[in-house]
Amino acid sequence: MAVAKEIRSKITSVKNTQKITKAMEMVAASKMRRAQDRMRAARPYAEKIRAAIGHLRFANPDFKHPFLSERPVKILGIIVISTDRGLCGSLNINLLKATAAVIRGAEARGESVQVCAIGTKALQFFKRLKYPIAASATHLGDRPQTAQLIGTVKVMLDGYRSGAIDRLVLVHNVFLNSMSQRAEVAQLLPVEPTGAGELQERWDYIYEPSAAEILDGILMRYVESQVYRGAVENVACEMAARMVAMKSASDNAGKLIEELQLVYNKARQAAITKELSEIVGGAAAV
Amino acid sequence: MANTIHVDIVSAEGQIYAGDASMVFAPAVEGEVGIAPRHAPLLTNLKPGEVRVQAPGEAEELSFFIGGGALEVQPNQVTVLADTAIRARDLDEAAALEARRRAEDAMQERTDKIELAEAQAELARAAAQLRAIERLRKKR
Repeated sequence: MAVAKEIRSKITSVKNTQKITKAMEMVAASKMRRAQDRMRAARPYAEKIRAAIGHLRFANPDFKHPFLSERPVKILGIIVISTDRGLCGSLNINLLKATAAVIRGAEARGESVQVCAIGTKALQFFKRLKYPIAASATHLGDRPQTAQLIGTVKVMLDGYRSGAIDRLVLVHNVFLNSMSQRAEVAQLLPVEPTGAGELQERWDYIYEPSAAEILDGILMRYVESQVYRGAVENVACEMAARMVAMKSASDNAGKLIEELQLVYNKARQAAITKELSEIVGGAAAV
Repeated sequence: MANTIHVDIVSAEGQIYAGDASMVFAPAVEGEVGIAPRHAPLLTNLKPGEVRVQAPGEAEELSFFIGGGALEVQPNQVTVLADTAIRARDLDEAAALEARRRAEDAMQERTDKIELAEAQAELARAAAQLRAIERLRKKR
Protein backbone atom coordinates (compact mmCIF):
# COMPACT_ATOMS: atom_id res chain seq x y z
CA MET A 1 0.00 0.00 0.00
CA ALA A 2 3.09 2.25 0.12
CA VAL A 3 2.53 3.44 -3.45
CA ALA A 4 -1.12 4.23 -2.80
CA LYS A 5 -0.24 6.26 0.27
CA GLU A 6 2.32 8.25 -1.64
CA ILE A 7 -0.18 9.05 -4.36
CA ARG A 8 -2.76 10.03 -1.80
CA SER A 9 -0.46 12.54 -0.16
CA LYS A 10 0.41 13.95 -3.56
CA ILE A 11 -3.27 14.41 -4.34
CA THR A 12 -3.74 16.27 -1.06
CA SER A 13 -0.85 18.58 -1.85
CA VAL A 14 -2.14 19.33 -5.36
CA LYS A 15 -5.56 19.99 -3.89
CA ASN A 16 -4.07 22.48 -1.45
CA THR A 17 -2.26 24.24 -4.27
CA GLN A 18 -5.49 24.38 -6.21
CA LYS A 19 -7.23 25.99 -3.27
CA ILE A 20 -4.59 28.72 -3.21
CA THR A 21 -4.74 29.38 -6.94
CA LYS A 22 -8.52 29.49 -6.84
CA ALA A 23 -8.46 31.99 -3.99
CA MET A 24 -5.93 34.12 -5.85
CA GLU A 25 -8.11 34.02 -8.94
CA MET A 26 -11.12 35.29 -7.06
CA VAL A 27 -9.17 38.00 -5.23
CA ALA A 28 -7.69 39.16 -8.54
CA ALA A 29 -11.12 39.27 -10.15
CA SER A 30 -12.60 41.54 -7.49
CA LYS A 31 -9.51 43.75 -7.38
CA MET A 32 -9.61 44.05 -11.15
CA ARG A 33 -13.12 45.44 -11.04
CA ARG A 34 -12.13 48.06 -8.50
CA ALA A 35 -9.03 48.98 -10.49
CA GLN A 36 -11.16 49.41 -13.59
CA ASP A 37 -13.42 51.82 -11.72
CA ARG A 38 -10.42 53.87 -10.67
CA MET A 39 -9.20 53.83 -14.25
CA ARG A 40 -12.48 55.29 -15.42
CA ALA A 41 -12.45 57.85 -12.60
CA ALA A 42 -9.08 59.17 -13.76
CA ARG A 43 -10.31 59.84 -17.28
CA PRO A 44 -12.20 63.18 -16.87
CA TYR A 45 -9.19 64.90 -15.31
CA ALA A 46 -6.86 63.91 -18.12
CA GLU A 47 -9.41 64.97 -20.72
CA LYS A 48 -10.08 68.36 -19.14
CA ILE A 49 -6.42 69.09 -18.70
CA ARG A 50 -5.72 68.03 -22.26
CA ALA A 51 -8.45 70.37 -23.53
CA ALA A 52 -6.99 73.26 -21.54
CA ILE A 53 -3.51 72.60 -22.95
CA GLY A 54 -4.86 72.33 -26.47
CA HIS A 55 -6.55 75.66 -26.04
CA LEU A 56 -3.53 77.33 -24.50
CA ARG A 57 -1.42 76.18 -27.39
CA PHE A 58 -3.92 77.40 -29.89
CA ALA A 59 -4.39 80.77 -28.21
CA ASN A 60 -0.67 81.45 -27.88
CA PRO A 61 1.04 80.10 -30.98
CA ASP A 62 4.06 82.33 -30.41
CA PHE A 63 4.49 81.22 -26.82
CA LYS A 64 7.13 78.54 -26.46
CA HIS A 65 7.29 76.32 -23.44
CA PRO A 66 10.10 73.76 -23.32
CA PHE A 67 7.54 70.99 -22.67
CA LEU A 68 5.82 71.81 -25.96
CA SER A 69 8.72 72.31 -28.35
CA GLU A 70 10.61 69.55 -30.06
CA ARG A 71 14.36 69.49 -30.02
CA PRO A 72 16.98 67.11 -31.40
CA VAL A 73 17.08 64.00 -29.26
CA LYS A 74 20.37 62.96 -27.74
CA ILE A 75 19.10 61.39 -24.56
CA LEU A 76 15.85 59.51 -24.31
CA GLY A 77 14.08 59.29 -20.98
CA ILE A 78 11.98 56.18 -20.39
CA ILE A 79 9.47 55.66 -17.62
CA VAL A 80 8.45 52.03 -17.29
CA ILE A 81 5.48 50.98 -15.20
CA SER A 82 5.53 47.32 -14.22
CA THR A 83 3.94 45.31 -11.45
CA ASP A 84 5.53 44.66 -8.10
CA ARG A 85 4.66 41.01 -7.92
CA GLY A 86 4.80 38.08 -10.29
CA LEU A 87 2.30 35.29 -10.93
CA CYS A 88 0.59 37.35 -13.59
CA GLY A 89 1.34 35.46 -16.76
CA SER A 90 3.37 37.12 -19.47
CA LEU A 91 2.36 40.67 -18.54
CA ASN A 92 5.75 41.90 -17.37
CA ILE A 93 7.66 39.90 -19.94
CA ASN A 94 5.77 41.58 -22.77
CA LEU A 95 6.21 44.97 -21.15
CA LEU A 96 9.94 44.53 -20.71
CA LYS A 97 10.27 43.21 -24.25
CA ALA A 98 8.63 46.41 -25.50
CA THR A 99 10.98 48.41 -23.28
CA ALA A 100 14.00 46.57 -24.66
CA ALA A 101 12.79 47.33 -28.19
CA VAL A 102 12.54 51.03 -27.35
CA ILE A 103 16.02 51.04 -25.86
CA ARG A 104 17.48 49.20 -28.83
CA GLY A 105 15.77 51.61 -31.22
CA ALA A 106 17.17 54.59 -29.34
CA GLU A 107 20.66 53.14 -29.24
CA ALA A 108 20.52 52.39 -32.95
CA ARG A 109 19.80 56.08 -33.51
CA GLY A 110 22.78 56.95 -31.37
CA GLU A 111 20.74 58.20 -28.43
CA SER A 112 21.60 57.32 -24.91
CA VAL A 113 18.98 56.26 -22.42
CA GLN A 114 17.89 57.36 -18.95
CA VAL A 115 15.42 55.12 -17.22
CA CYS A 116 12.92 55.52 -14.44
CA ALA A 117 11.44 52.35 -13.00
CA ILE A 118 8.04 52.10 -11.38
CA GLY A 119 7.38 48.67 -9.90
CA THR A 120 9.94 46.15 -8.69
CA LYS A 121 9.88 44.03 -11.84
CA ALA A 122 11.08 46.94 -13.97
CA LEU A 123 13.61 47.87 -11.33
CA GLN A 124 15.10 44.39 -11.28
CA PHE A 125 15.18 44.31 -15.07
CA PHE A 126 17.23 47.49 -15.31
CA LYS A 127 19.43 46.42 -12.44
CA ARG A 128 20.24 43.19 -14.24
CA LEU A 129 21.06 45.07 -17.41
CA LYS A 130 23.08 47.56 -15.35
CA TYR A 131 21.32 50.62 -16.74
CA PRO A 132 21.61 53.74 -14.65
CA ILE A 133 18.27 54.26 -12.94
CA ALA A 134 17.41 57.91 -12.45
CA ALA A 135 14.46 57.41 -10.17
CA SER A 136 12.20 54.66 -8.97
CA ALA A 137 9.01 54.03 -7.08
CA THR A 138 7.93 50.62 -5.91
CA HIS A 139 5.23 49.12 -3.71
CA LEU A 140 2.50 51.44 -4.88
CA GLY A 141 -0.05 48.87 -3.79
CA ASP A 142 -3.44 48.25 -5.33
CA ARG A 143 -4.44 51.90 -5.01
CA PRO A 144 -1.66 54.02 -6.43
CA GLN A 145 -1.84 57.65 -5.41
CA THR A 146 -0.58 60.70 -7.24
CA ALA A 147 1.44 61.66 -4.18
CA GLN A 148 3.52 58.49 -4.53
CA LEU A 149 4.47 59.39 -8.09
CA ILE A 150 5.14 63.13 -7.88
CA GLY A 151 8.77 62.78 -6.86
CA THR A 152 9.57 60.13 -9.44
CA VAL A 153 8.01 62.12 -12.25
CA LYS A 154 9.66 65.31 -11.06
CA VAL A 155 13.11 63.79 -11.43
CA MET A 156 12.38 63.13 -15.09
CA LEU A 157 10.72 66.52 -15.63
CA ASP A 158 13.68 68.29 -14.05
CA GLY A 159 15.94 66.26 -16.32
CA TYR A 160 13.94 67.46 -19.30
CA ARG A 161 14.06 71.07 -18.14
CA SER A 162 17.79 71.01 -17.57
CA GLY A 163 18.49 69.33 -20.90
CA ALA A 164 19.60 65.99 -19.43
CA ILE A 165 16.65 64.39 -21.26
CA ASP A 166 15.42 65.48 -24.68
CA ARG A 167 12.42 63.28 -25.04
CA LEU A 168 10.39 61.37 -22.49
CA VAL A 169 8.35 58.27 -23.20
CA LEU A 170 6.18 56.10 -21.03
CA VAL A 171 6.11 52.32 -21.49
CA HIS A 172 3.01 50.92 -19.88
CA ASN A 173 0.38 48.21 -20.10
CA VAL A 174 -2.90 49.01 -21.76
CA PHE A 175 -6.02 47.31 -20.53
CA LEU A 176 -8.01 46.13 -23.55
CA ASN A 177 -10.29 43.74 -21.70
CA SER A 178 -9.96 41.20 -18.95
CA MET A 179 -8.47 38.65 -21.37
CA SER A 180 -5.97 40.81 -23.19
CA GLN A 181 -3.50 43.50 -22.24
CA ARG A 182 -0.91 45.10 -24.42
CA ALA A 183 2.34 46.93 -23.76
CA GLU A 184 2.36 50.37 -25.32
CA VAL A 185 4.79 53.21 -25.73
CA ALA A 186 3.43 56.74 -25.36
CA GLN A 187 5.29 59.99 -25.70
CA LEU A 188 5.02 62.24 -22.66
CA LEU A 189 7.37 65.08 -23.54
CA PRO A 190 7.32 67.12 -25.61
CA VAL A 191 3.53 67.06 -25.36
CA GLU A 192 2.15 66.05 -28.71
CA PRO A 193 -0.39 68.42 -30.18
CA THR A 194 -3.99 67.34 -29.70
CA GLY A 195 -5.59 65.99 -32.86
CA ALA A 196 -7.15 68.38 -35.33
CA GLY A 197 -7.34 71.74 -33.57
CA GLU A 198 -10.89 72.70 -34.36
CA LEU A 199 -10.71 76.44 -34.90
CA GLN A 200 -13.36 78.34 -33.07
CA GLU A 201 -13.47 82.10 -32.99
CA ARG A 202 -10.29 83.55 -31.66
CA TRP A 203 -10.39 84.31 -27.98
CA ASP A 204 -7.97 84.10 -25.15
CA TYR A 205 -8.04 83.57 -21.45
CA ILE A 206 -7.31 86.12 -18.81
CA TYR A 207 -4.27 84.71 -17.09
CA GLU A 208 -3.61 85.12 -13.41
CA PRO A 209 -0.73 85.41 -12.60
CA SER A 210 0.89 84.80 -16.01
CA ALA A 211 0.43 82.46 -18.93
CA ALA A 212 3.90 80.98 -18.50
CA GLU A 213 3.41 80.11 -14.87
CA ILE A 214 0.01 78.56 -15.39
CA LEU A 215 1.11 76.58 -18.40
CA ASP A 216 4.04 75.24 -16.42
CA GLY A 217 1.78 74.05 -13.62
CA ILE A 218 -0.75 72.54 -15.99
CA LEU A 219 1.80 70.72 -18.11
CA MET A 220 3.45 69.27 -15.06
CA ARG A 221 0.11 68.03 -13.78
CA TYR A 222 -0.71 66.67 -17.18
CA VAL A 223 2.40 64.50 -17.27
CA GLU A 224 1.76 63.39 -13.71
CA SER A 225 -1.81 62.48 -14.51
CA GLN A 226 -0.64 60.41 -17.49
CA VAL A 227 1.79 58.50 -15.31
CA TYR A 228 -0.85 58.09 -12.63
CA ARG A 229 -3.26 56.75 -15.20
CA GLY A 230 -0.59 54.35 -16.39
CA ALA A 231 -0.08 53.14 -12.84
CA VAL A 232 -3.79 52.62 -12.25
CA GLU A 233 -4.23 50.88 -15.58
CA ASN A 234 -1.26 48.71 -14.74
CA VAL A 235 -2.99 47.49 -11.59
CA ALA A 236 -6.06 46.57 -13.63
CA CYS A 237 -3.83 44.72 -16.13
CA GLU A 238 -1.97 42.95 -13.37
CA MET A 239 -5.16 41.72 -11.76
CA ALA A 240 -6.65 40.63 -15.08
CA ALA A 241 -3.50 38.77 -16.06
CA ARG A 242 -3.27 37.16 -12.65
CA MET A 243 -6.90 36.13 -12.81
CA VAL A 244 -6.36 34.35 -16.14
CA ALA A 245 -3.07 32.79 -15.05
CA MET A 246 -4.55 31.51 -11.82
CA LYS A 247 -7.61 30.18 -13.60
CA SER A 248 -5.49 28.07 -15.91
CA ALA A 249 -3.38 26.97 -12.93
CA SER A 250 -6.53 25.83 -11.10
CA ASP A 251 -7.72 23.99 -14.23
CA ASN A 252 -4.37 22.27 -14.60
CA ALA A 253 -4.42 21.27 -10.96
CA GLY A 254 -7.88 19.79 -11.50
CA LYS A 255 -6.62 17.70 -14.41
CA LEU A 256 -3.62 16.56 -12.41
CA ILE A 257 -5.85 15.48 -9.54
CA GLU A 258 -8.03 13.47 -11.91
CA GLU A 259 -5.04 11.65 -13.35
CA LEU A 260 -3.56 11.00 -9.94
CA GLN A 261 -6.89 9.71 -8.70
CA LEU A 262 -6.94 7.20 -11.56
CA VAL A 263 -3.44 6.00 -10.76
CA TYR A 264 -4.36 5.79 -7.10
CA ASN A 265 -7.44 3.68 -7.79
CA LYS A 266 -5.42 1.33 -9.94
CA ALA A 267 -2.76 0.95 -7.28
CA ARG A 268 -5.38 0.29 -4.63
CA GLN A 269 -7.09 -2.32 -6.76
CA ALA A 270 -3.78 -4.03 -7.50
CA ALA A 271 -2.98 -4.18 -3.80
CA ILE A 272 -6.38 -5.71 -2.99
CA THR A 273 -6.08 -8.27 -5.77
CA LYS A 274 -2.64 -9.21 -4.57
CA GLU A 275 -3.81 -9.68 -0.98
CA LEU A 276 -6.78 -11.76 -2.11
CA SER A 277 -4.68 -14.05 -4.25
CA GLU A 278 -2.26 -14.46 -1.36
CA ILE A 279 -5.11 -15.51 0.93
CA VAL A 280 -6.54 -17.87 -1.67
CA GLY A 281 -3.10 -19.28 -2.36
CA GLY A 282 -2.49 -19.74 1.37
CA ALA A 283 -5.82 -21.52 1.81
CA ALA A 284 -5.11 -23.85 -1.10
CA ALA A 285 -1.74 -24.77 0.39
CA VAL A 286 -3.41 -25.76 3.68
CA MET B 1 -30.70 78.19 -18.02
CA ALA B 2 -29.22 81.57 -18.91
CA ASN B 3 -28.11 82.34 -15.39
CA THR B 4 -26.44 79.11 -14.43
CA ILE B 5 -23.00 77.85 -15.21
CA HIS B 6 -21.81 74.26 -15.45
CA VAL B 7 -19.23 73.26 -12.86
CA ASP B 8 -16.87 70.31 -12.97
CA ILE B 9 -14.54 69.62 -10.10
CA VAL B 10 -12.14 66.86 -11.06
CA SER B 11 -9.00 65.43 -9.56
CA ALA B 12 -6.59 62.91 -11.01
CA GLU B 13 -8.21 60.23 -8.90
CA GLY B 14 -11.79 60.93 -9.79
CA GLN B 15 -14.64 63.30 -10.44
CA ILE B 16 -15.59 65.17 -7.31
CA TYR B 17 -18.57 67.20 -8.47
CA ALA B 18 -20.45 67.96 -11.64
CA GLY B 19 -23.53 70.13 -11.87
CA ASP B 20 -24.99 73.57 -12.48
CA ALA B 21 -24.41 76.55 -10.28
CA SER B 22 -25.48 80.15 -10.11
CA MET B 23 -22.18 81.21 -8.57
CA VAL B 24 -18.81 79.59 -7.86
CA PHE B 25 -16.11 80.81 -5.49
CA ALA B 26 -12.56 79.54 -5.69
CA PRO B 27 -9.30 80.34 -3.86
CA ALA B 28 -7.11 81.70 -6.67
CA VAL B 29 -3.47 82.44 -5.92
CA GLU B 30 -4.14 86.17 -6.11
CA GLY B 31 -7.19 86.17 -3.90
CA GLU B 32 -10.57 84.50 -3.90
CA VAL B 33 -12.51 84.79 -7.13
CA GLY B 34 -16.26 84.62 -7.57
CA ILE B 35 -17.47 83.38 -10.90
CA ALA B 36 -20.91 84.17 -12.18
CA PRO B 37 -22.42 82.84 -15.41
CA ARG B 38 -20.96 84.44 -18.58
CA HIS B 39 -17.71 85.23 -16.86
CA ALA B 40 -14.83 86.10 -19.20
CA PRO B 41 -12.49 83.18 -19.99
CA LEU B 42 -9.98 82.88 -17.19
CA LEU B 43 -7.17 80.54 -16.35
CA THR B 44 -5.55 80.69 -12.96
CA ASN B 45 -3.78 78.60 -10.37
CA LEU B 46 -5.51 77.75 -7.13
CA LYS B 47 -4.07 77.58 -3.68
CA PRO B 48 -5.29 75.14 -1.04
CA GLY B 49 -8.66 76.17 0.23
CA GLU B 50 -12.37 75.91 -0.19
CA VAL B 51 -14.30 75.86 -3.45
CA ARG B 52 -17.89 76.90 -2.87
CA VAL B 53 -20.66 76.14 -5.31
CA GLN B 54 -24.03 77.86 -5.12
CA ALA B 55 -26.51 75.57 -6.77
CA PRO B 56 -29.55 77.34 -8.24
CA GLY B 57 -32.56 77.33 -5.94
CA GLU B 58 -30.58 76.06 -2.97
CA ALA B 59 -30.02 78.18 0.07
CA GLU B 60 -26.96 76.26 1.25
CA GLU B 61 -23.67 76.42 -0.58
CA LEU B 62 -21.83 73.21 -1.37
CA SER B 63 -18.28 73.34 -0.18
CA PHE B 64 -15.27 71.31 -1.27
CA PHE B 65 -11.82 71.45 0.14
CA ILE B 66 -9.05 71.24 -2.44
CA GLY B 67 -5.31 71.08 -2.00
CA GLY B 68 -4.59 73.53 -4.79
CA GLY B 69 -4.78 73.10 -8.54
CA ALA B 70 -5.94 75.09 -11.52
CA LEU B 71 -9.16 76.81 -12.50
CA GLU B 72 -10.41 77.17 -16.03
CA VAL B 73 -13.37 79.39 -16.80
CA GLN B 74 -15.27 79.61 -20.05
CA PRO B 75 -18.49 81.60 -20.44
CA ASN B 76 -20.73 78.68 -19.52
CA GLN B 77 -18.30 76.24 -18.02
CA VAL B 78 -16.08 76.20 -14.94
CA THR B 79 -13.51 73.46 -14.48
CA VAL B 80 -11.60 73.01 -11.27
CA LEU B 81 -8.58 70.77 -11.70
CA ALA B 82 -7.93 69.82 -8.11
CA ASP B 83 -4.73 68.37 -6.73
CA THR B 84 -5.15 65.35 -4.55
CA ALA B 85 -1.78 65.73 -2.95
CA ILE B 86 -0.60 68.70 -0.98
CA ARG B 87 1.91 70.48 -3.15
CA ALA B 88 4.66 72.85 -2.35
CA ARG B 89 7.97 73.42 -4.03
CA ASP B 90 9.89 72.06 -1.05
CA LEU B 91 7.67 69.02 -0.67
CA ASP B 92 8.00 68.18 -4.37
CA GLU B 93 11.74 68.59 -4.13
CA ALA B 94 11.86 66.25 -1.14
CA ALA B 95 9.77 63.68 -3.01
CA ALA B 96 12.12 63.89 -6.00
CA LEU B 97 15.14 63.38 -3.77
CA GLU B 98 13.42 60.40 -2.22
CA ALA B 99 12.76 58.86 -5.63
CA ARG B 100 16.38 59.36 -6.64
CA ARG B 101 17.60 57.84 -3.40
CA ARG B 102 15.38 54.78 -3.91
CA ALA B 103 16.92 54.24 -7.32
CA GLU B 104 20.43 54.50 -5.93
CA ASP B 105 19.61 52.14 -3.10
CA ALA B 106 18.22 49.66 -5.59
CA MET B 107 21.40 49.79 -7.63
CA GLN B 108 23.54 49.27 -4.57
CA GLU B 109 21.49 46.32 -3.46
CA ARG B 110 23.76 44.11 -5.53
CA THR B 111 26.08 43.73 -2.55
CA ASP B 112 23.11 42.67 -0.46
CA LYS B 113 22.29 39.99 -3.01
CA ILE B 114 25.83 38.65 -2.80
CA GLU B 115 25.62 38.63 0.96
CA LEU B 116 22.35 36.76 0.77
CA ALA B 117 23.82 34.16 -1.58
CA GLU B 118 26.77 33.69 0.75
CA ALA B 119 24.51 33.27 3.75
CA GLN B 120 22.42 30.74 1.86
CA ALA B 121 25.49 28.75 0.88
CA GLU B 122 26.67 28.75 4.47
CA LEU B 123 23.28 27.59 5.67
CA ALA B 124 23.30 24.71 3.17
CA ARG B 125 26.77 23.71 4.34
CA ALA B 126 25.71 23.76 7.99
CA ALA B 127 22.61 21.73 7.23
CA ALA B 128 24.68 19.12 5.39
CA GLN B 129 27.06 18.88 8.34
CA LEU B 130 24.17 18.38 10.73
CA ARG B 131 22.78 15.59 8.59
CA ALA B 132 26.17 13.89 8.46
CA ILE B 133 26.54 14.08 12.24
CA GLU B 134 23.09 12.63 12.72
CA ARG B 135 23.87 9.71 10.41
CA LEU B 136 27.08 8.99 12.30
CA ARG B 137 25.20 8.97 15.60
CA LYS B 138 22.68 6.46 14.29
CA LYS B 139 25.44 4.15 13.12
CA ARG B 140 27.02 4.09 16.54
